Amino acid sequence: MRKVEITLRVNGEEYDLEIEPHRTLVEVLRETLGFTGTKKSCNEGECGACTVIMDGKPVASCLVLALDAHGKEILTIEGLAQGENLHPLQVAFVRQGGIQCGFCTPGMIMSAKALLEKNPKPTAMDVRKAISGNLCRCTGYQQIVDAVITAAQEIAK
Amino acid sequence: MFIRRLPKFEHHAPASVAGALGLLKKYGNKARVFAGGTDLLLAMKKRALTPEHLINVKNIKALKGISYNDKKGLKIGALVTCAELEESPLIKEKAPALWDAVCVMASPQVRTLATIGGNLCSAVPSADTAPPLIAMGAQAVLSGPKGERTVLVEKLFKGPAESKVARNEILTHIQIPKQPERSCAAYLKLMRRAAMDLALVGVAAYVCLDKDNRTCKEVRIALGAVAPTPIRAPMAEQTLAGNEITEALAEQAGKVAGTVCSPITDLRASLGYRCDMVEVLTKRAVIEACSRVKNSTKR
Repeated sequence: MRKVEITLRVNGEEYDLEIEPHRTLVEVLRETLGFTGTKKSCNEGECGACTVIMDGKPVASCLVLALDAHGKEILTIEGLAQGENLHPLQVAFVRQGGIQCGFCTPGMIMSAKALLEKNPKPTAMDVRKAISGNLCRCTGYQQIVDAVITAAQEIAK
Repeated sequence: MFIRRLPKFEHHAPASVAGALGLLKKYGNKARVFAGGTDLLLAMKKRALTPEHLINVKNIKALKGISYNDKKGLKIGALVTCAELEESPLIKEKAPALWDAVCVMASPQVRTLATIGGNLCSAVPSADTAPPLIAMGAQAVLSGPKGERTVLVEKLFKGPAESKVARNEILTHIQIPKQPERSCAAYLKLMRRAAMDLALVGVAAYVCLDKDNRTCKEVRIALGAVAPTPIRAPMAEQTLAGNEITEALAEQAGKVAGTVCSPITDLRASLGYRCDMVEVLTKRAVIEACSRVKNSTKR
């Protein structure tokens, strides 16, 4: 199979890659670039664990061909913290108990980040809609909603 | 079920509709048009489809964008995503029923990818964009080797997951005619949860009221997920046409609509429940469409 040359811009860094057309964005992020913060779970766009932000919008990276992400701005969970300082969303998830097993967390946080970019003062219902495509099998949704609202308040300060 | 990786394929990214049509002609049944990919890539992972060639149409500018013309109405490119429709003030104002539909489809991270053209071409019975488009009298514009042809969205479907878009054709855009004065449409969808579910039942109602703002001048009711394709409910429409729309009459139209559907029983809902819910949702959609007309004429 003919490989294609692409440039991925992940968390502000450029990566020149040669990949096979059938590889999805989540596979290239995890396996080629080592960004294993993004999780691959259902692989069919149902669970939201692989959510990343592409050109400012949340996408299920298991349903994106890596070659279609060529030249686009991609933000993963690894791109949120500034050195040792966690992003306010990450802090709030930890403090509010929005993390249990942790597997859904990167996807949840990326969905929440996309929401806050668009709507800095969300209501609980706005948050629930924004994370409607993210499953938490520990079912700790209330703490997650609380964490996003707390983070929004922190960012506004 | 464990979902495998994508099978291998040859990737093509034409920059024009003509280029895409040329590739479709060259590869025939071995090729598939690839737009948002939320249905196609999943079908390929499940090995339900294993095309050797994917024709990625995302570089074709002619398939993008939403525009409005006072004579022709709304033009929506086939590549316009559900997220773009949801965020478009033009859609919210000129086609609120379509806006109703895109807001309750899948999830935000799928809506960013999924396209309106793909939703129609996948042609599943529960396709959420179909009932509002049918109710508004929308047309699909197809490009093929012999040029363009226009098909009412109502006539676009052949059966479950089968559209009338031929293998050598591409859906280029949707045209929603300018909606007359004192008219509006609404779409209601019943799901088991508030997101990430296919419609158990979807009902779109379009009404155009007479100058008295009460009598029904024109009406179209379209049902989704209750037959092999999205369908119209002509008998229910006849119940309403020419009469004053009251709650009782809307209820009666709902009862009639319940008799034209032929849903299946599956893990989501039983046949009987679906028919009952068509009655309820039809009534509510008709009343909602009427109240939207009344609210807009008040302003």
